[in-house]
Amino acid sequence: MPKDEYQSRAFNIVGTRPIRPDGIDKVTGKARYGADMTAPGMLWGAILRSPHAHARIKSIDTSEAEAMKGVKAVITRADFPKLDLDPGMADILDNSMAGEKALYDGHAVAAVAASSKSLAYAALDAIKVEYEVLPHVVDVDLAMKPDAPVIHAARQDETVPEGLSENVTSRSQYGHGDPEEGFKKADLVIERHFTTAATHQGYIEPNACLAQMGADGQGDLFVCTQGHYMVRDTCAEILGLEAGKLRVTASEIGGGFGGKTHIWMEPVALMLSMKSGKPVKLVLTRDEVFRATGPTSSSSTDIKIGMTKDGKITAATGTFRLQSGAYPGATAFLSAMCGFAPYDLEHVRTEGLEVMTNRPKAAAYRAPGSPMAAYAVESVIDELCQKLDLDPLETRLKNAAREGTKSAYGPTYPAIGLEATLKAAQEHPHWTAPLGENQGRGVACGFWFNFGGNTSVNLMVNPDGTVSLSEGNPDIGGSRASMSMMAAEELGIPLDQVRCVISDTGSLGLNDVTDGSRVTFAVGLATIKAARHAIEIMKTRAAMKWGIEPEAVDWVDGAAVPAGPNAGKFPPMSIKEIAAIAANTGGPIAGHCEANAEGAGVSFATHMVDTEVDPETGAVKVLRYTVFQDAGKAIHPDYVEGQFQGGAAQGIGWALNEEYIHDEDGRLLNAGFLDYRIPVASDLPMIEPVILEIPNPGHPYGVRGVGETSIVPPLAAIANSVSRGAGVRLTSLPMSPPKIRAAVKAG
Amino acid sequence: MIFSSPETIEEAAALLAADAEARPLAGGTDLLVRLRARQIAPSAIVDLKRIPELREITEESGGWRIGAAVPSAQMNEHAALKSAWPGVCEGADLIGSTQIQGRCTVAGNLCNAGPAADSVPCLVAAGAVARIAGPTGTRDLPVEDIPTGPGKTALKPGEFVASILLPAPAARQGSAYLRFTPRTEMDIAVAGVGIALSLDGAGKIETARIALGAVGPKVIVADEAAQTLIGTTGDDAALDALSQDASAAATPISDKRGTAEFRREVIGVLAKRAAKIALTRAKGDTA
Repeated sequence: MPKDEYQSRAFNIVGTRPIRPDGIDKVTGKARYGADMTAPGMLWGAILRSPHAHARIKSIDTSEAEAMKGVKAVITRADFPKLDLDPGMADILDNSMAGEKALYDGHAVAAVAASSKSLAYAALDAIKVEYEVLPHVVDVDLAMKPDAPVIHAARQDETVPEGLSENVTSRSQYGHGDPEEGFKKADLVIERHFTTAATHQGYIEPNACLAQMGADGQGDLFVCTQGHYMVRDTCAEILGLEAGKLRVTASEIGGGFGGKTHIWMEPVALMLSMKSGKPVKLVLTRDEVFRATGPTSSSSTDIKIGMTKDGKITAATGTFRLQSGAYPGATAFLSAMCGFAPYDLEHVRTEGLEVMTNRPKAAAYRAPGSPMAAYAVESVIDELCQKLDLDPLETRLKNAAREGTKSAYGPTYPAIGLEATLKAAQEHPHWTAPLGENQGRGVACGFWFNFGGNTSVNLMVNPDGTVSLSEGNPDIGGSRASMSMMAAEELGIPLDQVRCVISDTGSLGLNDVTDGSRVTFAVGLATIKAARHAIEIMKTRAAMKWGIEPEAVDWVDGAAVPAGPNAGKFPPMSIKEIAAIAANTGGPIAGHCEANAEGAGVSFATHMVDTEVDPETGAVKVLRYTVFQDAGKAIHPDYVEGQFQGGAAQGIGWALNEEYIHDEDGRLLNAGFLDYRIPVASDLPMIEPVILEIPNPGHPYGVRGVGETSIVPPLAAIANSVSRGAGVRLTSLPMSPPKIRAAVKAG
Repeated sequence: MIFSSPETIEEAAALLAADAEARPLAGGTDLLVRLRARQIAPSAIVDLKRIPELREITEESGGWRIGAAVPSAQMNEHAALKSAWPGVCEGADLIGSTQIQGRCTVAGNLCNAGPAADSVPCLVAAGAVARIAGPTGTRDLPVEDIPTGPGKTALKPGEFVASILLPAPAARQGSAYLRFTPRTEMDIAVAGVGIALSLDGAGKIETARIALGAVGPKVIVADEAAQTLIGTTGDDAALDALSQDASAAATPISDKRGTAEFRREVIGVLAKRAAKIALTRAKGDTA
């Protein structure tokens, strides 16, 4: 068996809960986030944004702003180089700075750099933009109609059927079997329409960066992002720079959840710096974060499922329409892949439709596309269970995908953990706890693929035998802790002998964005391989010292030892002893790994929630919440539990109160945390995490990604709970109090 | 922008009277937010927090005078005030968050003239009176007459609210404030009800005052709803009537925080529930 595949073993460090290495810096304010960096001679950047949802930009007069004392640069789209970019790159540039049209309320149209923040804002006020306001559309269903205002013409691909607006840019289809035949075998078929609102990732740290472009064409960018290599490559391409000339350093990151896997304003900061010749700091306000970054798609979905009296699903179909904001996007295809992924279905067909609207460009948000799909599918399964008087967990078990199942999106599953989560849910005391008046219990399952991807890790053995570990993925979910743990485990040394840092783009090979729940899996895999590489070198050094063949040396408990009696009799040589003689045995010792990691294991979860509905006001109280999820192997269980709880918490917000509210002119009315209601601590119960460990065959320790699956089931679990508690099926998110009150009244 | 920190009421009044664009600053939890959002650009800010008497809660004729710069956290740590006017204190305890409550003041909440101000309905129900300082001296005005519409007050140029007097509580009195928000905290009332009532020796409601928040352009004094309660024991029939009267008194609009229909319904539900709490308190039970 190749050594990078899963091998069952006992662990010393993996699976324990050491104190996080980044904790003290964060609680004492020492950690440097995006807005915490300054540079000599630094200017403040600010962005002028469109007040219209859709408008042609007739003219921009920047002369007055440029004449202001202390204003060092004013830029519009005309300042960016006219390059032959591919459509995706051209869209990123256009989203960073509008070209002919402003496509949503908040779209950047000009920017300034000035010697103070207040001066920068005053300069924005001095810029005169003449707009021709165009008809707009923000609703996904309206945007699909043939007569809808078209955001971009000629961006539709050949998959889109005739008769739809040009806003529908792509259609994807998945499935197998013949659903019409399958529905005939059902005792009950339910077909329902569902909608979900756009939700923002709600990260606490607003996007921020500090850009410095030199006269020599070399540049540095310090930025809050989930992927600084992506920022480097994209900005270089848009600005016509060579990637190697631009060094990007990731700041500490105050949340991202997928929202910081994109480019928002970094090219603007670089261009301001280029034009002014000074470092430029650009920090978005919360208002700007809401109006111009993220959010995830709103959706409109039709689901039809047939079931026999004893709970076997005979066929299922789904149509998922997701708005992608002002540019062609792609997460409806993920909805179409994920919705039925938990089930073993003979007949299943899905389609996904990507739809442009006059909203900010839709961004990834934790398992993009999957939560809204699970919401619709799991709601219909719950209603079937209610109407057929079936147990919702038992019914899901009866239909559960397992090893060997052909998934709804094509591939056949290896060992997976869905059944384990359902059985754990059945056995948990939560499942049989009594419920009171107006209370309901909901369950739902969820799926996410998880990802591997390009990864580079360096592991340096220092002269004193301590270990410096470099990874290139911003630490958003505890990766410095878990990488250090895996390195120490593999090397057989105490955890405090390893320090992990996040390297800049000039110091380490390519690393894909921190997304797809990939880091603990892929960077972990690379860390283990880098440690094994270093061990091989250290064995060679010991062999040299002992005058034996390297093959005759083993590595045990952090030291080189002779492989057996024939190898000779030498006392173990520790990592510190080997490091101390490195200069005389061949020089510095470092292991490294560069790989495009494959073998990320899919992950499933089952969520269980109790809610109580106040029938007089429509208010919902979340009483109890339990998450059952397969982690493959939990490296640092605190962080895994935090991911489970965080996904559930964000899902609760999405289910109950979060939504973008637009006025009739398409302007966003709730661009702040006061009226965009993410849950606060007192809105949430203690969310109990139950970790299941079904090893991923593709990782040496069995790790699966855990960060995204946890947001997939909550929308449906809460909808099922509230629908049972209120005695009426709810089919539209958020289930805000006015909506629930109206549904209760309508009976 | 000129920032000044006068130490007397007279000095503050003179500074405010001298500059029509000047703004008084107490807790700053509305003013500074607007300043940072570039919604306002005052030429001068007059900080009231260095004026000693504005930082105090003092007993006056059996009631309590609350200085304009007293943060709501201080009110909620004042045992006697809390015991006399629990409804007023719980309204003050709902403004913003714990951190905000270390700065925000009920006088500021009143003068901000937001229709949804949490501390205002119960101040009105309590019959509180604002003392207004200005260039020509002081005058008193019932708190319900301070806001005249969203963001607008009856204050004249150079005037500011220096303190608010809560009267001596009646015997067998109870007060309460209840609001509805989609979130449990850190939210703005979609509807809010303040109530103060007292019982006679026989356990019947002798006096009652009810004020409704967030269901009109300014706080609404719901006299008819209050009259419904008087003479009853606060039984279910009386509470149902109160609920209907409160809904009828509301003049809500539909906006991003809720529809008019929803607000009208919920204000009735809150009136009933707040009255129950106030009754329990009037009877001396714990609630």
